[in-house]
Amino acid sequence: MSGRTAFDVDLARTLIDRKRTLPGATLPILHDLLEQFGYIDDDAIPLIADALNISRAEALGVVSFYHDFRRSPVDGRVLKLCRAESCQAMGCEDLVSHLAVRHGVTVDGLDEGSGIRVESVYCLGNCALSPAALLDGEPIGRLDRDRLDALVAGAQRKMQ
Amino acid sequence: MSARVFVPADSSALSVGADAVAGAILDEARRRGVDTTIVRTGSRGLFWLEPLIEVETAAGRIGYGPVAPDEVARLFEAGFLTGGSHPKALGRVEDIPYLARQQRLIFARCGLTDPLSIDDYRRHGGLRGLEYALRLGPKATIEEILASGLRGRGGAGFPTGVKWRTTAGIEAEQKYVVCNADEGDSGTFADRMLMEGDPFLLIEGMAIAALSVGATKGYVYIRSEYPHAFAVFSRAIGRARAAGLLGPSVLGSGRAFDLEPRLGAGAYICGEETSLLESLEGKRGQIRVKPPLPAIAGLFGKPTVVNNVLSFASAPWILEHGAKAYADYGVGRSLGSQPFQLAGNVRHGGLVELAFGASLRDLVEGFGGGTRTGRPIRAVQVGGPLGAYFPASLLDTPLDYESMAAARGMLGHGGIVVFDDSVDMARQARFAFEFCAKESCGKCTPCRIGSTRGVETVDKIIAGRDRERNVQLLRDLCEVMTDGSLCALGGLTPLPVVSALDHFSEDFAGAPARVAAE
Ligand SMILES: Cc1cc2nc3c(=O)[nH]c(=O)nc-3n(C[C@H](O)[C@H](O)[C@H](O)COP(=O)(O)O)c2cc1C
Ligand code: SF4
Ligand code: FES
Repeated sequence: MSGRTAFDVDLARTLIDRKRTLPGATLPILHDLLEQFGYIDDDAIPLIADALNISRAEALGVVSFYHDFRRSPVDGRVLKLCRAESCQAMGCEDLVSHLAVRHGVTVDGLDEGSGIRVESVYCLGNCALSPAALLDGEPIGRLDRDRLDALVAGAQRKMQ
Repeated sequence: MSARVFVPADSSALSVGADAVAGAILDEARRRGVDTTIVRTGSRGLFWLEPLIEVETAAGRIGYGPVAPDEVARLFEAGFLTGGSHPKALGRVEDIPYLARQQRLIFARCGLTDPLSIDDYRRHGGLRGLEYALRLGPKATIEEILASGLRGRGGAGFPTGVKWRTTAGIEAEQKYVVCNADEGDSGTFADRMLMEGDPFLLIEGMAIAALSVGATKGYVYIRSEYPHAFAVFSRAIGRARAAGLLGPSVLGSGRAFDLEPRLGAGAYICGEETSLLESLEGKRGQIRVKPPLPAIAGLFGKPTVVNNVLSFASAPWILEHGAKAYADYGVGRSLGSQPFQLAGNVRHGGLVELAFGASLRDLVEGFGGGTRTGRPIRAVQVGGPLGAYFPASLLDTPLDYESMAAARGMLGHGGIVVFDDSVDMARQARFAFEFCAKESCGKCTPCRIGSTRGVETVDKIIAGRDRERNVQLLRDLCEVMTDGSLCALGGLTPLPVVSALDHFSEDFAGAPARVAAE
């Protein structure tokens, strides 16, 4: 995502401070960090723990419980590919193997220079137009191999 | 006068290019010097026709779809702004049988109006329910909800009025209403459509609940897989506040209620209400042992009404038209309307709101038009990932809570996912366990360990190893999970598995046997 920036402790602290007084502030804070940096850096854990007056173990426990809070940086685009039943019925698993065979992209693997990270999600509420995906938050319906090829090519071009 | 063109901004419509179509219409109108206004709406829920654009004419709203950006110039040539004929013309949208045959109570406005215009909302009947509730007062409002027979649309089907009455009956300095907009079930999208297409209806419903139970603060927990719904709904809250529908004096009643949207973080289990409350409190989304019920001790330990989006959104209609009118829809103890969602391998996927009691066949064949691939229907999963798979021979099962339970399935949130004859039901059973293992909150053993054992056992069956023994093992495991799990994730995962075993045993014959059978 274009808005993502490299992890920065001062910026993280500012973001955390902005929401620390909300009731049940943990998830809103983590979402802000995720949006800013694209992942939750290990160094953010003690900052969150201190700000919310919880132990580091607790803070880490929350981060690791939720699938959204990835722990390593992404440098390209993020494609969230739905792999739930409606999309299965319309061939999402074929898209998963196509990504591997044709593009060497492993779903739920790291993006390592490919320009795109593909993550499994389970339903995007676009099941009438399965297979569905979200590309950096933008919805895609009736995804097929050709469209996927174009997306991967576009992401790779952006990397170069 | 400026021609008015309606283009959905629903995320499904966006996923097939609605923004590009809106842009192309504006460009073409400018090029031709035709005064044209574009109104962005929600979706009508006829998704195979998206992007479905509509123009306002003397004869009503005429639809065209699905429209591609490069067809827009031809539409202008055909005079679509006055309803001119074109291969993509659909006639009056409300006359399209798919829509005309529905009983839209909750979704009456969705796709028709500008979702973020309070004026539009009022013009189309909005706020009458809340205004009436304010005149009735809390006690009588809850009586109406009780009398309507409304049951929770999140899946468990618990009577909504009973929940409200419980919370209303407790003295507390702070109470909450919480909307469960986690909509985790695959094959469902009604909550999303409503939040994007008619968000004030949910706000109105929550305000009715809050004022009748004595809550001053509400949260809406929206799944992060719905970034667009979250954005639209957050804006709607701002507009509602500006219009006095939320804030220190709701519609000038002198009674306060305000709302805050919160984003989930990709955990299916957070759709379970106690887990959702833990998550709202900033913790891991682990199940709480009940009792106490959330209605008595919920968010931050305070009495809390937790309802699904559609449950809240039913309240305004019930108040406006009366409990009796609502209860006239439906059958037995399944009263009112249910927005069904048709998905998967189906020609005409979309939102179909009907009174309870319609048959599964009417949905998948009548409305859905069969499979999209044109192959025979083999299995239909009803009620999300924890719902049963029905074979084609059971398509005449009526869609209501009791009939579904009698057929060893469940209605859940009303999702219907169609599979053609290429589906491998052993794989689907495996997926049910895999999903459970992935999403288990880890609190109890039958679910945490059982789901992984389930995957392994299905794998053995697929590999053709010791088939009979392993199928028996699988059934025993399902029994343990059903009886011993703390919540319905572990408790209902056996439903899809056992239904696959019961109705599609040939798929568990193991590799060698199956090859022989072919
Ligand atoms: C694993 C699991 C997931 C659930 N997911 C949802 C959900 O996504 N949305 C929802 O409204 N209810 C969900 N529920 C049901 C809720 O626990 C609860 O019954 C519901 O929010 C109550 O509202 P209602 O009475 O209006 O249905 C889920 C339950 C379980 C066990
Ligand atoms: S059944 Fe699964 S999700 Fe539910 S409490 Fe037990 S471990 Fe948690
Ligand atoms: S199952 Fe894939 S979008 Fe719903």
